[in-house]
Amino acid sequence: MSETSVDTIPRHATGLAATLQHARYVIGENPVTGLSVSLFALLLIAALFGPWLVPYDPLASDTNLALHTPTPQHWFGTDQLGRDIFSRVVVATRLDMGIAIASVAAVFIIGGFAGLIAGYFGGWTDRIISRLADTIMAFPLFVLAMGIVAALGNTVTNIVIATAIINFPLYARVARTETNVRRDAGFVQAARLTGNSEMRILLTQIAPNLLPIMIVQMSLTMGYAILNAAGLSFIGLGVRPPTPEWGIMVAEGSGFIVSGEWWIALFPGLALMLAVFCFNLLGDGLRDIFDPQRRT
Amino acid sequence: MNLILQIAKRILSAIPSLIGVVIVTFLLTRVLPGDTAAYFAGPAATPTAIEEVRKKLGLDKPLGAQFVAYVEALAHGDLGNSLTTGQPVTQDLAARLPASAELTLIGLIASMLISIPLGILAAVKQGSLIDHACRLIATAGVSLPVFFTGLLLVYVFYYLLGWAPAPLGRLDVFYSPPPTVTGFYLIDSLLAGDLETFRATAAQLALPAITLGLFALAPIARITRASMLSVLAADFIRTARASGLSARTVIITYAFRNAMLPVVTTLGMVFSFLLGANVLVEKVFAWPGAGSYAVEALIASDYAPVQGFVLAMAVLYILLNLLIDVAYGFIDPRVRLEG
Repeated sequence: MSETSVDTIPRHATGLAATLQHARYVIGENPVTGLSVSLFALLLIAALFGPWLVPYDPLASDTNLALHTPTPQHWFGTDQLGRDIFSRVVVATRLDMGIAIASVAAVFIIGGFAGLIAGYFGGWTDRIISRLADTIMAFPLFVLAMGIVAALGNTVTNIVIATAIINFPLYARVARTETNVRRDAGFVQAARLTGNSEMRILLTQIAPNLLPIMIVQMSLTMGYAILNAAGLSFIGLGVRPPTPEWGIMVAEGSGFIVSGEWWIALFPGLALMLAVFCFNLLGDGLRDIFDPQRRT
Repeated sequence: MNLILQIAKRILSAIPSLIGVVIVTFLLTRVLPGDTAAYFAGPAATPTAIEEVRKKLGLDKPLGAQFVAYVEALAHGDLGNSLTTGQPVTQDLAARLPASAELTLIGLIASMLISIPLGILAAVKQGSLIDHACRLIATAGVSLPVFFTGLLLVYVFYYLLGWAPAPLGRLDVFYSPPPTVTGFYLIDSLLAGDLETFRATAAQLALPAITLGLFALAPIARITRASMLSVLAADFIRTARASGLSARTVIITYAFRNAMLPVVTTLGMVFSFLLGANVLVEKVFAWPGAGSYAVEALIASDYAPVQGFVLAMAVLYILLNLLIDVAYGFIDPRVRLEG
């Protein structure tokens, strides 16, 4: 299966053209990937333009309107303070995505670089970085994130840091393995022979080769990062009310579930689920495009 | 003899992880926001009082000496005192762990009972409806925020249908907990011969356990399917089929046993997720376990219980992985021989 998909790329198409051709093939074969791309576009629009698109101020409360079921005026109903849940869900996209993107970007740079030097230099560098990754993996990850936020202080920045730390081993390990195979590849030896410094080889010859697989990794961990951040704010860490954020909105709505006011928790929860679902599908799709041999 | 040596070796190999975990939790206790001594001395403390607390806690000593003191306290099972309950953290955790363990284990068992047969069926009937269902569950399952699933279940089964009791802890207030033997209410109530309490316990346990189970369903089903698929493609399966063995014998006796090995390994990862998800589920269902204890402490800025909880979970996780590896040796004779 995977081999045929590689072979369908004509040999003369190289680089970007081949990738694009293969991308079209993967999306054509699997419409779910197409769906995830459009979901992603929707999330992006909500995150970038959310505050200007929503019909109400996400923070404006009106106690006369408290706890209203969804109506044509308030699509997702109103919460206990009469705030419009639709507006809050849309505006929250930016913060939730922001936390996830910031943490994934941080771990991409730090974890990727750590893996790169571990795989390239080996020896003690490798031993220290691998041991660090192993130690992080020895914790149940969400629990470690809780501990980190508790220790560093209860802020959104620290949620980003904690999420980045628990993802560190994944990135460092992938980058390390991928670097290790290329360490003595022909093009690296050629670059060395022409007098490039080690750091230059690392950054200009090896790092670009890791990009595809690291991009796949980023997309696959985005979903997990969103879930993790929302979980932390659900238990009351990081984001404070009245800031609209999906996890804290579900937490606020959880008290009303037992008395039947389902809409307060349902809509932010659904938004969270869709976002995670979108990134997981997107990750699978990207993997099919960049790394055909790992298709499942 | 060889097996015992093997197990001993594996136990020794867990030691670096344990050391790493202790170092990390130690560092977490020392990077508290602001001045740790001022924090422990309380808001109304004078500078001299703060200095006194600093001396008492050993915070004026170099980091190395502090670490030695920390390890010494750990060796005595001392994790500090909780400010909110006023009790030693070790005692609090010990009192609350059985509740968490009961919930996690029932959730995991329920999940395995469904996901393993599902994964096998999906692999045997590749491309069928059940295979697609399995893939859908595997993708949707990892996307579900566990606290959200829990709330949905509460809404449907408590509010709408009225089948489940209110999501308020391990036992309805009308019942008194069974005499403690194992700390597991299900077992304790049976030991006491109290079927009524057993029923009430099971009713309270059902929704949180299902929530956790749904969460664990996806990874286990996914790996069972993948593992069965690769085993079913192996030569010895083809030979077994060619020799005219019934499909049942081939799948259950030959393929299933071999396919179980990666599944057992994956359980380690599943435990990592479950111990985290447990915290969220306990919060949703007001479950009086270790996770909700840590969350309550976090909200009250009471750090010793949180750190104790993180350390306890990490040690538990390392031990579980150890157990899985040892079990692996028993299941797969090849692993034993290679050692």
